[in-house]
Amino acid sequence: MTDTAAPDYHQMWSELGLDLPMHDALLEAVGGMYGSTFMSQSNRPEGMGYLDFVMSEVHGLRIKELHDFRKSGGKVVGTYCLYVPEELIRAAGAWSVGICAGAEWAYDEVEQILPRNTCALIKSMMGFKLGKVCPYLEEADLLIGETTCDGKKKAYEELGKLQNLHVMELPQMKRPKDVAFWRSELVDLIAKLEELTGNKVTAESLSASIKEVNDKRRALQRIAAARKASPAPISGLDSLLAVQVAFYDDVPRFTQSMNALADELEKRVADGVGVAPKDAPRVLITGTPMALPNWKLHQIVENAGGVVVGEEMCTGSRYYEKLVSEDATTLDEMLDDLAAKYLDINCACFTPNTGRIDDVIRMAKDLNADGVIDYALSFCGTYQIEGAGVAKAVQAAELPVLRIETDYSAEDVGQLSTRVEAFLEMVK
Amino acid sequence: MRILGLDIGSRTVDAVWLHDGVIADAAVADSGFDPASVAAAFVQRGQHDAIVATGYGRHVAREAFGASIVTEIRAYALGAHALFPDAASVLDIGGQDTKVISLARGGKVSDFEMNDKCAAGTGKFLEVMARALGFTLGEMAAAAATADAGVQVSSMCTVFAESEVTGLVHRGVDRGRIARGLHESITRRTLSALKRVGAAGPLVFAGGVACNPAMVALISDGFSGEVLVPAETQIVGAYGAALSAD
Repeated sequence: MTDTAAPDYHQMWSELGLDLPMHDALLEAVGGMYGSTFMSQSNRPEGMGYLDFVMSEVHGLRIKELHDFRKSGGKVVGTYCLYVPEELIRAAGAWSVGICAGAEWAYDEVEQILPRNTCALIKSMMGFKLGKVCPYLEEADLLIGETTCDGKKKAYEELGKLQNLHVMELPQMKRPKDVAFWRSELVDLIAKLEELTGNKVTAESLSASIKEVNDKRRALQRIAAARKASPAPISGLDSLLAVQVAFYDDVPRFTQSMNALADELEKRVADGVGVAPKDAPRVLITGTPMALPNWKLHQIVENAGGVVVGEEMCTGSRYYEKLVSEDATTLDEMLDDLAAKYLDINCACFTPNTGRIDDVIRMAKDLNADGVIDYALSFCGTYQIEGAGVAKAVQAAELPVLRIETDYSAEDVGQLSTRVEAFLEMVK
Repeated sequence: MRILGLDIGSRTVDAVWLHDGVIADAAVADSGFDPASVAAAFVQRGQHDAIVATGYGRHVAREAFGASIVTEIRAYALGAHALFPDAASVLDIGGQDTKVISLARGGKVSDFEMNDKCAAGTGKFLEVMARALGFTLGEMAAAAATADAGVQVSSMCTVFAESEVTGLVHRGVDRGRIARGLHESITRRTLSALKRVGAAGPLVFAGGVACNPAMVALISDGFSGEVLVPAETQIVGAYGAALSAD
């Protein structure tokens, strides 16, 4: 990713206090991974050129945009979870960036604070901070955490000692009183954001940001819809990347680029053009989020000759499937709509969470999946426990299911590949 | 049509020459430090029109010999079904992994499980334990079979179990009882994996560890259905790989 033609950003990274040698090593590793994972795919849509460019400048141009925005008085807010409403952040005039937590980094330092048996996502989140290699974190004027699991909740206490952090309490049930409580958390967030930016969240600014973020989700919905076709017009890897980038890229520019990609995919579908043979096994993946740059399972599945046609996960349908109503005219109504939309997302942190199983079965049918892979990070208790019920429901729908528990390391790639290949042989 | 089926495993490379659906020849060789060369020697015999490879070295065989590939799961399912058409499930304990497969009609895989990160309870585990006990593999199996009772060995991690075994030997515990305890703990682990995939009898027990009579006896005692052991336990995967070409 340190292309010789690219400008040198070391001065900027140094100003941010990054550990430059380690950061260079990280960029080189991610760049190498990106090349071998993405650029080796055949017949990719041309529209992926945008995401290739964004990724080549992931710690460069995008950081410079944030840097310049802050120099002109703007505020950057970092988030770790899709329950934190980007609409409110943008309505306060700030920019929202999702912070990556998808690679093993500085675990030696992390394990001085967190138990070894903590999920890879949380360890990575701490590792990027302690290792001083994430420019997004260092550009963030405020981080927003959320109580989506015990591990994150407690880890935020540690992260909050290192950086300005506000934690939102996400209820764990979906009764009317929980929606009302979540709405009150949104009100508190607005106060926090207004204090940070000096701007007021108004009906006008919120209505505009709701529309803007909905448009982003609509573009991703179009890509998802194109994946129903056989042959699949886009790989699972490329589709996953689009959602991963959605968390931190400039919203209007990203939306426009994804709509252009969707135009191309729709044309491919009409022309019967695909990235995999028509008879390639079609796989739906469900489970824990895959934060950037975690491409491990998609790569294994697609290297083994399968094609991933959907992700029922936070870096997938849970991010873009539901929209906020655009009918409201007052701030109060908009907050009602936001609270309702966000609590309608089916994360395993809720009890009960049968809606997720319905989503998995519906998506498997819609996408003509030949099989479902249930994916859980080790030590993610909520998803691991739900996995058994998901597997049972998928089998009851007469589809094969494979349950995988893993982390970000490469040590189990050989064994996982054999299991995935055997699964694909089974579903054929 | 002459098919060479290769099963390139961590401990052995197994070959089956299938001529018009019939086994014409078979061979088993130690993988050594360079399994690809061991496989190449089988390929150089030139007694085939096509090659199908399985085992962890299958991708290497695809690069080196232009072999088609199939996973061990499918290969064992096909091989076991061809040898025993009534088989409802397969257990393969190899050099560094264990597979349990539940079969549907026609030798199709309906469910399977294999160990992921760790080689506990596999052939390699038994080799390390035999060395710690000062036995050959054959002596350890015989001692386990004749011991009156097993001593509980709590660790399944190869490294920790080896220390535990050394500790037991130092305390003067009978080596045969330790050997039996080790076999029993592998059996418990294996039976619970069989239960998880809903394996029914008859069960085909294949792979290198099925050459071990103490393991066969313990699995047969513990499993609810009939346990069938092929005459040549190590070539089931290579046979199945060759069959997959048809």
